[in-house]
Order: sequence, then structure tokens, then C-alpha cells
Amino acid sequence: MSDAHTAVHGGHHPVDPSVPVEYHHEENSLRIAGFWVFLGSDLVLFSCLFATYVVMHGRTAGGPTSNQLFDVTGFTIETIALLFSSFTCGLATYEMRRGNRNAMVMWLLITIALGLVFLGFEITEFVQDASSGARMQTSGFLSAFFTLVGTHGCHVSMGILWMSGVVVQLIRRGITPITARKAFIVSIYWHFLDAVWIFIFTVVYLTGKVL
Amino acid sequence: MHFFMLDEGPLIWTSDVLIILATIGIIAVLSYFKLWKWLWDNWLTTVDHKKIGIMYLIAAILMLFRGGTDGLLLRAQLSWPNMHFLNADHYDQIFTTHGTIMILFMAMPAIIGFFNVAVPLQIGCRDVAFPYLNAISFWLFFAAAMLFNLSFVVGGSPDGGWTSYTPYVENAFDPGPGENYFLVALQITGIGTIATGVNFLVTILRMRAPGMTLMRMPMFTWSVFITSIIIVFAFPVLTVALALLLIDRDFGSHFFTVSAGGMPMQYVNLFWIWGHPEVYIVILPAFGIFSEVFSTFSRKRLFGYSAMVVSMVAIAILSFVVWVHHFFTMGAGPGVNSFFGVSTMAIAIPTGVKVFNWLFTMHKGRLEYTTAMLWAVGFIPNFLIGGLTGVMLAVPPADYQYHNSYFLVSHFHYVLIGGTVFGVFAALYYWWPKMFGVLLNERLGKWHFWLFMIGFNICFFPMYFLGFMGMTRRVYTYPAGYGWGVINLIETFGALLMGIGFLVFAFNILWSARYGERDTTGDPWDARTLEWATTSPAPTYNFARIPEIKGRDAWWLMKKNGESINGPKDIPFEPIHMPNDSGRPIIMSLFFFIAGAGFVFEWWILAIIGLAGVLVTMALRSFEYDDHHYIPVEEIEKTEAAAGRL
Repeated sequence: MSDAHTAVHGGHHPVDPSVPVEYHHEENSLRIAGFWVFLGSDLVLFSCLFATYVVMHGRTAGGPTSNQLFDVTGFTIETIALLFSSFTCGLATYEMRRGNRNAMVMWLLITIALGLVFLGFEITEFVQDASSGARMQTSGFLSAFFTLVGTHGCHVSMGILWMSGVVVQLIRRGITPITARKAFIVSIYWHFLDAVWIFIFTVVYLTGKVL
Repeated sequence: MHFFMLDEGPLIWTSDVLIILATIGIIAVLSYFKLWKWLWDNWLTTVDHKKIGIMYLIAAILMLFRGGTDGLLLRAQLSWPNMHFLNADHYDQIFTTHGTIMILFMAMPAIIGFFNVAVPLQIGCRDVAFPYLNAISFWLFFAAAMLFNLSFVVGGSPDGGWTSYTPYVENAFDPGPGENYFLVALQITGIGTIATGVNFLVTILRMRAPGMTLMRMPMFTWSVFITSIIIVFAFPVLTVALALLLIDRDFGSHFFTVSAGGMPMQYVNLFWIWGHPEVYIVILPAFGIFSEVFSTFSRKRLFGYSAMVVSMVAIAILSFVVWVHHFFTMGAGPGVNSFFGVSTMAIAIPTGVKVFNWLFTMHKGRLEYTTAMLWAVGFIPNFLIGGLTGVMLAVPPADYQYHNSYFLVSHFHYVLIGGTVFGVFAALYYWWPKMFGVLLNERLGKWHFWLFMIGFNICFFPMYFLGFMGMTRRVYTYPAGYGWGVINLIETFGALLMGIGFLVFAFNILWSARYGERDTTGDPWDARTLEWATTSPAPTYNFARIPEIKGRDAWWLMKKNGESINGPKDIPFEPIHMPNDSGRPIIMSLFFFIAGAGFVFEWWILAIIGLAGVLVTMALRSFEYDDHHYIPVEEIEKTEAAAGRL
């Protein structure tokens, strides 16, 4: 714990093979811890958006309701794509631990592709909604819907850009403790977005079709 | 062009002239003395927590001046019935900027400045967990403060009060860029604050020196630890509240409008779910500072250490479950109001525990009334008055009488000034030698204390009675015949005394820089915690060798046992791994500023350029591998020899 000092600032500890590669420098474990804390704050951010959405859900002001708006096929496919991308992202981490750079890069690229599929469906859905007159400006419900789902979509877009950058660094440098840490952090981010999406799927889409 | 408001009268013109003169003055001085390169190399690009802390404090003192000027303008306008010194618009803008600047741009940077100045030194490490992120935090705050300060002369300041309640601040009632300034500036500084919270949480959890268990940490570090947890969980709520309101104003959605299904109370709830923890964010570090100051100047260890920790944790938990007491009168119903009334009163218990612990710390101690100690001793009665009126306000039926009256204004000024500002002043006098290697003048300090403290009481104590007499907050003038005039005049006189006290403080800074007593030992107060174990100011690496901690008040123990901070002499030093300076944080904050201006004026090209710049700087950081260097052993030995520690 507190030998962080010697490690962060100067000491060179022998690499302990029982520790996963992304934890090989004490600085890496600091950064991973810091990222977990950040995810905690991001979780609070999404909680507030969820709370706002739940409050606004019935306030449609004569505009379309959630039941009229949501398309079961679309949101099911995008959910499967995103959940599967979390699985492939986990496979990438698994290959990273085994030291297979090429397999790892492949799984990460598949993850990015699935993320793009997800985004494609979401953008299509938004464009269709907006062109049918269900805009952010229509009602409180739609403001909350677009903001909550859109914030998640922005997070996914950021994750795709970020993961692409990590893939470039992996191709250039191979699996080193530093690139492993970067890949690991982007993967926990990705899984976090997946967990948030499960809540969106439940609270927004499934509930929206029945209530 | 109409955003520059050149037809709005002398107040705007004066501000324009002052801003231009100050800018020209700064540029001229820097150019004349050829200081640009020095400034860039030593300050603007630094990732050293001690320098970042100093920059935070400089900014906070400047903002204290700006917020105080706002306050004096308000008091001048209220000093007599039917005054027309300010018009209603300007009055609204000034009380809004006064509140916002004092809380977000003065209190926050001041306490975060002390996080940076003291915490890494107190836990015996070389820097915070993420030095680069720390620099970003500061520059985001600074960019936001500059953006906010421009508002008065470019486009008009926000005028919805620092709480910025909907639906009043929606476009229908409050068009123009003013309110956007509030939303965007707070958003930017909020991002920086969340980063600070994450940073210090990880620093304190993971970077403590060997032997520094949680229950051996100095009380200030404990308070920062708890505060960081509150920051991480409270600030995202503000981010959401501001973002939703900005989307409403910029894109015409309907979160908080009364039409089209919006719900104004949702904003009020979100705002105070952040806002109440926020007031504990600014008071808990002040409590930590007072704990340090009391134990140092009583020559005793802190009384009831574990009770202090437990009460701080209790306050942190309770701070999240009291937010409705800010709007008892908004019709939540008796059940809800009772719950929140009781939870609010419950906060008085841990706070009372802390106050008694401070008193027992002083009990039978060998008290030394330095200026820092005066601020700490003055804090207890003043904060007590504020706290007890808070308990009065926590009674929902009674609150229907006090709500939004000057009774409330007086209450929160008593806790914020009597707690946070006194704490900041105590800390400035206490840690000044550690920051600059020079002591502030004690005689001037005492003048500063007495003028400020007496002025503060003259200014705010009569407000309780004004509140009972029915004067409500945020009125820009009042008719004669209510009996309010004389009381207001007395208060204005008190406010002037506070202003004079502040000027004495400013003079003290300048005087001490020139003639002040140098701190050669690094331990001018004969203090107890680790930051006093090293030179003043501390070397860049803080500690040549990370100290072994054997108990609470680590430095005191070392002094008693005659140990050196560097441990036994025969062990050779090792090279020290340090982060490189970087110019990227300040460039990133410039892009945030540009993006912010774009969102304020709904000029999307600017917003897109700014956000793209932010993304590019982030990507550049991601691809940066060469971001640290080693301080060679010779250099360490040279520094340590100069400090007489070899």
C-alpha cells in the first residue's frame, strides 16, 4: 500500500508474475484506482439523469408517449450489440493477460465495431424520432429522454475514440505495463457504460413500452 | 457590439476602464521586467502541488477582493431607504456575482489551495497522485473565473441569484447571455473540482508514508479526505443541474419550464442536492485547519481525535440528507419537512462534538495567541451564533417566518465567514511561512483580525433583527418608515470595517514580502505535523527520503526523540522520480474558455472549435510517454546540504 512512494518516485521493484500486467507499476495501480473513483462520480451523474427521466416520464405535454415512440426491434438489436461488445472487450483483456498482442488488438477492433453498430442504431433512432416530430423541444419527457440516452451515446463515442487511440499505441508499442494499463482502464470504462445501458434498457425502453 | 453595453452608464464604464488598466498594467510589468519566460517556465506550466496551491490562493484572494467589492456596493445601495446608487438590474447582477464568486471562486479555490499546499507534505509524499490532472484542475477553475468576471461588461452578469432558480432564469423571463455565463463558468470549474476530489481521494488513500495509518493522519488531512469524498459524490449533481438548464436555455428544451411538461422543482432539488454538501465541502477543511491551529498553539495533541474523525464522517453523511431545508416553503408537505427538519438539527450534534473537542484541546494548554490562533479562537463564538440560528431555521414552521429574510442572510454569512473565511485567514497566517519562507507580520495581522472580526459582527448581527422586522433578501431598495434605515446604515459601516481589515491584510502581504521575518528553520511555530519537518518553502521533491511514521503528530515525535526527517545518515539517497512540467493544461483551459464563450453567446462555431481543441489536447496527452524525469542524487545532496540536513 504505502510502498507506493518508493515505486512511484524512484524505486524499481522486481516484476511479480502473480500480479496482472496492468498492475506492474505502482503508478498504474494508482491510476486504475483513480479511474474507479471517477466512475463513481460518473455513476452519480447518470443517477441524476435517471431521476430526472423518471420524474419527466409522464409529462408528455400532448406529444408522443414512450409507448408510441420506442421501437422494440431497434433497441433490442442495439442492446445485444453493446452487451456483446462488453464480452469481446473482456476477451481482449484475457488475451492481454496471456500476452497475445494481435489477438488482443483484434478483439478490441471488434469491440469498436460493435460500438459503432450500437451508435448507428441509436443515431438512426434519434433521427427518425426527430423527423416524426418527437424533438427535445416537444415535451419535458422528450428532453429527459434525449438527454439521458444521448449522454450515454456521447460516452460511447468518447469510448470509441479513446479505444482507437489505445489500439494505435498497442500496435506501435506492444503490450507493455503502460499500454496494458491504458487498455485496462478503457475496458473498465466500456463495461461501466454497458452497466449503465442495462439500466437505460430497463428503465427507459422496457418500462416505456409497458407503462 | 451591443453585448459591450456601452450605453449602460458609469458603473459599466468604470469596470471597463479598470479591467483595461489592470490588463495593461500586468502586461506592462511582465514585459518591462522580462518576466514572461520566467512566468511560463515556473508557474504556468508547473505540475508541482505547492506552486499550484499558491496559484489557487492568489486567485482566491483576488476573487475575495472582487466579491468583497460587490458586497460593499450592495451595502452602499441598502444603506438608506430609497437609495438609487445602483439600479435594480445592476443590484440583481451584483448580488448574484457576489454569491457565486464568494462560494465557487473564492471559498473553493482557497480550500483547494490549502489541500495542495499542505496535504502531500502532511502525509509524507512527493506530490499528489495525478500531478498533471492537478494542473488541469487549477487552470479549469481559472478559465472559469475569468469567463465569469468578464460577464459584467460583456453581455451582462447573471441576475438570478447564486441559486439561479428556475423558471425565473428560463429564456422567457431572463433572456440574453447573462445566465449562460453562470451555467458555463460553474460547469467548467465543477469539472476541475471533481478532478481535484478524485485526485486527493486517491492521494490520501494510496500515497501515505510508511507507518502513516489512517488514524495517524493529521486532522486537516482527514478533513480533506472526507471533503474529497463529498466532492466526488456531490459535484456531478451540479454538473447535471447546470447542463439541463443550459440545454433548456440554449436549445429550447423543457426540463424546467412551466409549459410543455417541465418541472421547475426538479432543478431546485438537484441544485440543493449539490448545494448543501457544497457548504460542508467549504466548512470541513476549515474545521481541519482549526484543529491543526488549536493543537499547535495550545502545545497539546488534539483532544478526542477519534471523536473528531467520527463526527466528520457523520457530518459528511448527514450533509446529503438535509437538502430540502433550503425550500421548506415550497410545499413538500409536513411529513417531508419534518424529516428534513430533524435531519438538519441532527448535524448540530457532531458539530457540537467538534466544538467541545477544540475547547478541550485548549483546556490546560499553553496557549499562544498568534494571529492564526486568534482567527481560530474567534471562529468558535462566531460560528456558534451562525450554527444556532441554523438550528432555529431548521424548524419548518418557524422557517415559514424566516425564509428568505435577512435572518437567513445573516445565518449563512455567520457560518461561511465565521467558519470558512476565518479558517482561510487562519490557514494563510499559519502556512504562509511554509509557502513563501517568510512570516506575515503579527502586529498587522492582529489589526487585520480585530478590524475584520468587529466589522463582521457590526455588519451581520443586526441583520437577524432586520429579518425579524420583515426585510427580505434580494430587495434592491425599501421605502422609508419601516425602521430599517438606521440598522442598514450601521451594517454598511461594519462592512466598510471589514473592507479596511482586508486592505490591512493586503498591505501585510506586501510589507512582509519586503521586510518580513524570514523562516530559516522550516518550523516557525514549533508545530506538530510533517509539513514543518522540511525547509520553508519545501524542496520540489518534498522529502529526500520518505519518512517512517511512528505515531500521531509525527514531527513532534521526531523532535522529541531527536530524529532527523531524513532518517539514519548512512543510507545513500536514491534518484527521485518526478513528473515533467507541461504547458498543455493551460492550453486546454484556453480551449475550455473558447468553448464556454461559444455556449454563452450561442455561437456554435466557437463552441465546436473549443471542444475540438479540448479533445485534441486530451489525445496528445494519451500519446505522451515521456512525461517524467529523475532528480539525480548529486542535486538532492546539494539541496539537503544547503538545508543543513546532511
